[in-house]
Amino acid sequence: MSREQKLSEIISDHSGREGPLLPILHDVQEEFGCVDEEAEQAIAGALNLTRAEVHGVVSFYHDFKPKADPRPVVQICRAESCKSRGVEALISDAEKVAGGRVKLSTVYCLGLCSVGPNARVGDTLHARLDGPTLARLIENA
Amino acid sequence: MTTIRISDDALARACGADLLAAAFTKAGATVERTSSWGMHWLEPLVEVDGKGFGPATIEDVNAILDGSSGKGIGVIADHPFIASQQRLTFARAGRTRPTNLGDYEATGGWAGLRRARELGPEKIIDEVLASGLRGRGGAGFPAAIKWKTVAGAVADQKYIVCNADEGDSGTFADRMVMEGDPFALIEGMAIAGEAVGATRGYVYLRSEYPDAIAKMNAAVQASAHIVAPFVVEIRAGAGAYVCGEETSLLNSLEGKRGEVRAKPPLPALKGLFGKPTVVNNVLTLSAVPHILTEGGASLYDSLGVARSKGTMPIQLAGNIKHGGLYETAFGITLRELVYDIGGGTQSGRPVKAVQVGGPLGAYIHPDQFDIPFDYEAYAAADALIGHAGITVFDDSADMGSMARFAMEFCAAESCGKCTPCRIGSTRGVELIDRIKAGGRELDALEKTPQMHNMPKKGRTQDEEIQLLEDLCETMKFGSLCALGGFTPYPVMSALKHWPDDFRG
Repeated sequence: MSREQKLSEIISDHSGREGPLLPILHDVQEEFGCVDEEAEQAIAGALNLTRAEVHGVVSFYHDFKPKADPRPVVQICRAESCKSRGVEALISDAEKVAGGRVKLSTVYCLGLCSVGPNARVGDTLHARLDGPTLARLIENA
Repeated sequence: MTTIRISDDALARACGADLLAAAFTKAGATVERTSSWGMHWLEPLVEVDGKGFGPATIEDVNAILDGSSGKGIGVIADHPFIASQQRLTFARAGRTRPTNLGDYEATGGWAGLRRARELGPEKIIDEVLASGLRGRGGAGFPAAIKWKTVAGAVADQKYIVCNADEGDSGTFADRMVMEGDPFALIEGMAIAGEAVGATRGYVYLRSEYPDAIAKMNAAVQASAHIVAPFVVEIRAGAGAYVCGEETSLLNSLEGKRGEVRAKPPLPALKGLFGKPTVVNNVLTLSAVPHILTEGGASLYDSLGVARSKGTMPIQLAGNIKHGGLYETAFGITLRELVYDIGGGTQSGRPVKAVQVGGPLGAYIHPDQFDIPFDYEAYAAADALIGHAGITVFDDSADMGSMARFAMEFCAAESCGKCTPCRIGSTRGVELIDRIKAGGRELDALEKTPQMHNMPKKGRTQDEEIQLLEDLCETMKFGSLCALGGFTPYPVMSALKHWPDDFRG
């Protein structure tokens, strides 16, 4: 299926819903790894919005990316609870292990605040991380 | 054959519960996946005939099965951490399979909804009013008053919106309800719908909770025929902290940027798509089914202190030995929570500070540990209960950098609509850096003769501190919502109690 066909399929999947923009953007992000200009244009056309309006929404939320990044992503929580359990001391080593191969991103809270430091890879969560376990997680990402 | 019960809560899974469950199955046991008891330091917790073993690893499987394991904690329900609680919202925690309708009904599920349908809208609201239930999201607004406003509004469509955008660090009670007892939330929403005349409900659930999204979707599908004609839909957030604020949440649900709306108009009158809308937190709505059962309201009202009625699911988090979910009546002190129940810090070092209420809550000094857990008592101490998350820090924490982080977080998550929050947070980060550096010199431009109206010298450290206080005052009173308005709480409380941490 062509990219265009897939896009219009995603858009029509959500037709008839109230406030369909965010669900559409989630599906597009999931499918293509980003919500780029072309996707914004197609969505805007289908929902009778301007591209500026759609772009305003896309750029507001951390989950939507303008460009796809092929690297695997490890999200590390660096909010208060994980800080209190020592996540900051793990960051510089983690960056070394990640190098250019793995993208490390910061997330504010995965809701496992009593067993931090925590990280998320895809939909899998990891808790009670220390230097070696975090390094292994990044290596296997 | 032995039946083993292991939680399938996200926290237990992150600690290895899935591998453990697979190992027990392989060893020939029947495994039931239940909700979590909330004793997080023991996760993954294995339950055999009511007795607990934890934290268990796959090496413990055989020993647990043959009874020789040294990780036993005795009967789970008798464990002091559980036995000393008063669980109403979390009554099913650890005891049922989350998305199993049979388990839900067998433990009193849908009784509140059935009774609500008999009572009718007016009496439902009377019951909620009598219970004294206040919004559990942070503001503590009486739930019944909000419902009454929506019920009284005339419109062709009304909505029940559940705020499940639990972004505060140190909080996880919403997540535990949605993953452990999702039908209770759905029942609470259906009762709210019954009370105000709404037929559609949305749960706005943050995307950082993939397990909760999956469980809620499954539960909505399984219970659709029971709550009908009320319809519930789960909507995923997209990583914006500010969408936990009710008006930006509504904008986000509508498919807009999650910018805060000015109030009035109140969402109760003009909310989602401009229609009358109840916006309540997960904990508020899931407290409702119990309140609506026979005698539930008066029991709820009999618990707690002064104007803070009922129970609060308190979340013990951060550097604490016994972290987890502790539901109890209002009035308990931090000293009891942190030391008696929580067992002090995980690291074994002295407690330096406790942040109550998430990233926007004040840092509380051990000298203040005797204030009772009560909305008004906290407000009087320049602090807030918020969503009742308690994050403990040991003496290695640098409160200056925590204050800086509060400003940094606000800058990263500000929706940008109001200036005190958008600009103030960035200026706050710079100010805290300058305080640490000892003050500020005049720059090259300021030294030029043309700038003769400038002060003749830079600012001292004390003057910078004064400026930070002024900035916090402006943010507190000038911001549109709690993000900019409450960021001063952690900053000012850190500055007040640990001034030395600010001076480099």
